[in-house]
Amino acid sequence: MAIAHEVAQPRSRRYWWSRPTHTTGWLGWFTTVDHKRIGILYGITAFAFLIVGGVEALLIRLQLAGPDLHIVGAETYNQLFTMHATTMIFLAVMPMFAAFANYMIPLLIGARDVAFPRLNAFGYFTFLAGGILLNSSWFLGGASNAGWFAYANLTSRQFNPGFGVDFWILGLQILGISSTTGALNFFVTILNMRAPGMAMMRLPIFAWMMLITSVLILLAFPVITIALLLLLLDRMVGTTFFEVASGGMPILWQHLFWVFGHPEVYIIILPGMGVISEILPAFSRKPLFGYPLMVFSGAAIGFLGFTVWSHHMFTTGLGPMANAAFALTTMAIAVPTGIKIFNWIGTLWGGSIRLRVPMLYALGFISMFLIGGFSGIMHAAAAADTQQHDSYFVVAHFHYVMIGGALFALLAGMTYWFPKITGRMMSEARGRRIFWLFFGGFNLTFFPMHFLGLDGMPRRIYTYSAEMGWQFWNLAATIGAFVLAASLLLYIIELCRALRSGAPVGNDPWDARTLEWSTTSPPPVYNFERLPAVSSLDAFWEAKQGADTLSDMPEHEAGMHLPQPSYFPALCTLGILLGAYGLLYSGILAMVGLLLAVFSIYGWAFEGVGQEELV
Amino acid sequence: MSQAVAVEHHEAWTSTGLPHRKLMMWAFLGSDCMFFGTLLATYLIYHGRSLQGPYPLDVFSLELTTLSTFVLLMSSLTMVLTLGAIQRDRRRAFRFWNLMTILFGSTFLGFQVYEFAHFAHEGLSLQGSLFGSTFFTLTGMHGIHVTIGVIWLMSIQLYSLRGGVTVERALDVEIAGLYWHFVDIVWIAIFTVVYLMEFIT
Repeated sequence: MAIAHEVAQPRSRRYWWSRPTHTTGWLGWFTTVDHKRIGILYGITAFAFLIVGGVEALLIRLQLAGPDLHIVGAETYNQLFTMHATTMIFLAVMPMFAAFANYMIPLLIGARDVAFPRLNAFGYFTFLAGGILLNSSWFLGGASNAGWFAYANLTSRQFNPGFGVDFWILGLQILGISSTTGALNFFVTILNMRAPGMAMMRLPIFAWMMLITSVLILLAFPVITIALLLLLLDRMVGTTFFEVASGGMPILWQHLFWVFGHPEVYIIILPGMGVISEILPAFSRKPLFGYPLMVFSGAAIGFLGFTVWSHHMFTTGLGPMANAAFALTTMAIAVPTGIKIFNWIGTLWGGSIRLRVPMLYALGFISMFLIGGFSGIMHAAAAADTQQHDSYFVVAHFHYVMIGGALFALLAGMTYWFPKITGRMMSEARGRRIFWLFFGGFNLTFFPMHFLGLDGMPRRIYTYSAEMGWQFWNLAATIGAFVLAASLLLYIIELCRALRSGAPVGNDPWDARTLEWSTTSPPPVYNFERLPAVSSLDAFWEAKQGADTLSDMPEHEAGMHLPQPSYFPALCTLGILLGAYGLLYSGILAMVGLLLAVFSIYGWAFEGVGQEELV
Repeated sequence: MSQAVAVEHHEAWTSTGLPHRKLMMWAFLGSDCMFFGTLLATYLIYHGRSLQGPYPLDVFSLELTTLSTFVLLMSSLTMVLTLGAIQRDRRRAFRFWNLMTILFGSTFLGFQVYEFAHFAHEGLSLQGSLFGSTFFTLTGMHGIHVTIGVIWLMSIQLYSLRGGVTVERALDVEIAGLYWHFVDIVWIAIFTVVYLMEFIT
């Protein structure tokens, strides 16, 4: 029996406007609640912001290419490194993992959609709005220049007039809404919409890591929300939370920021570890080694992530007791991380390894992330950190984690899931060349920064004099940065080429293990014709070997219910965005924004999910 | 052959047996714990660091705030009765208890407005001292939560008057109730930390 997708008209029109039914055209993208389309929106937008953040990075590297250069001024330089970090963390890496999670999690767990499709759309639009608000500050008097950590005093109205910091605060608050709603959605989806028989210990490891990440987001983001609120009150209302003259403590900002900021590091890396843990078994043709330990070490990393924040503050004078305690908890995180790395090696061990492009990125992840992890343990020793603090050694460290970790995992996942999403294959030969260019460019950029840091070059200086002897490695890093940028550009070009003329593929081009490969490429709007039921981890793989681990749900229980499109997620976001601009420019605009948001919330509530049934 | 028909709202099968929205509300409340936890931590860290008055004991009236706390806690009792009524499809009782919850919640907010005005009259302001900044931010954020709760319950009340709230929609009331009880519990923490602890000598 053929299954056709037709959109049901609302049976009765109780409200003065009718619900959107578009599935094509720009309005279709604007009102969509399909997790796959929202995933694609996340991915494309995040790639666009990756380019913005990349251009900022190139400008930074150009400025530092030689001694005493004045390509951009000191003030612009400060704005560049602030926005580079903010963009890469909040607008590129986090939303790109959100893209994978959106597209893949319902497919991985055998569901038709996420638990809250309209909230999912809202999460995307608020991400877009936060990105627009943050980046519009470039054209409205200059971006924030206080660093992505925005340490108190640098951000006070007295020392930082203008709207740059305000744009940064409001942009991050909106992105916080996006992350929180996204995390609520994934949390409920993963716990509640697993295929029948998929017990928690049969959950694909990427879904597990996204579950842990969601919990981290839910517990960490409220802290930065409050910190930003206090800062906003200081700047706009005249409170004195971070003013020394009135008894306030600037150090409180650092504590609040890093109580959020360190779990944020794991929010970025845990999904990457999940992606790698899916790819390694697929290309080793072996089950993931030590699956339960992988799950629990992920949870341990998440838990310990909340106990280490003060290692960012070893040089602020916390005293030997606090420094020792935070040094110990920080070193303790190396244990579950080490378990993961050994288990990945255990997965490779004795496998019949196929070195396809996703596998190259996965192996690159393990080796590069390991380097970042090692320098991380060096920072954990409080005494040694006193020397390394605020030097380029730290810059090298976190780029080995952020690029060597997160970006390698993102490119691995992109190459791995591209045939599923598009039904076409990226070129293996070109992919290989791009990988090695990327790998070389990355190491040429960031490995020299270890030497620069140990040689005493501080972070965040916009230039240096020739007699410091830093020009050779700085020039090398700048050349590396352009190689890195070129490789990413080539990756995007190859992506676009493969989208149009890549070789068509079947359901399961990699001979992989998880449920998303059991449906067509690209998957239909309803994901699975019959919802799957599983009786083991890797049920799809075992079924391919002839085991009886995967079955279809009976039709009547698996009736297809798809959510209907809605205007309100986008409208509510528009209200929030207008409200944020209104806070800075006009009270009337703020009221209009607030009213629009409230109106949208009521419209959202009363229109209901509006499920339609496909027969 | 294909056809498409709109179907009525229904609760889907879930792996945990909990409805999606209820599970989400619990997760959200867990997140909100960190929200108020951070505000309370900020209050405690700045406790006793104000450079000028008025200080807490200059303005607090334990009798008044105990009364308003009692009113808020009573609203939790009526919330339980509200939910119990709709779960047994007793719509008149449901509307009565829901109205009582709204009234108790609004009374608490009235107390808070009075208290804020009184403190402001005594010279306490958001900008004037750390006590003022932390106190008004913490209790103000709680007040905003209560206000959202009151608006939520009022919306349910209006919807009910139109006949929209039946036993099938008891889950909607239960979720609003979860939020309401959480906001009450947060007030117990605030009342203890901010008010009662001042009177320990």
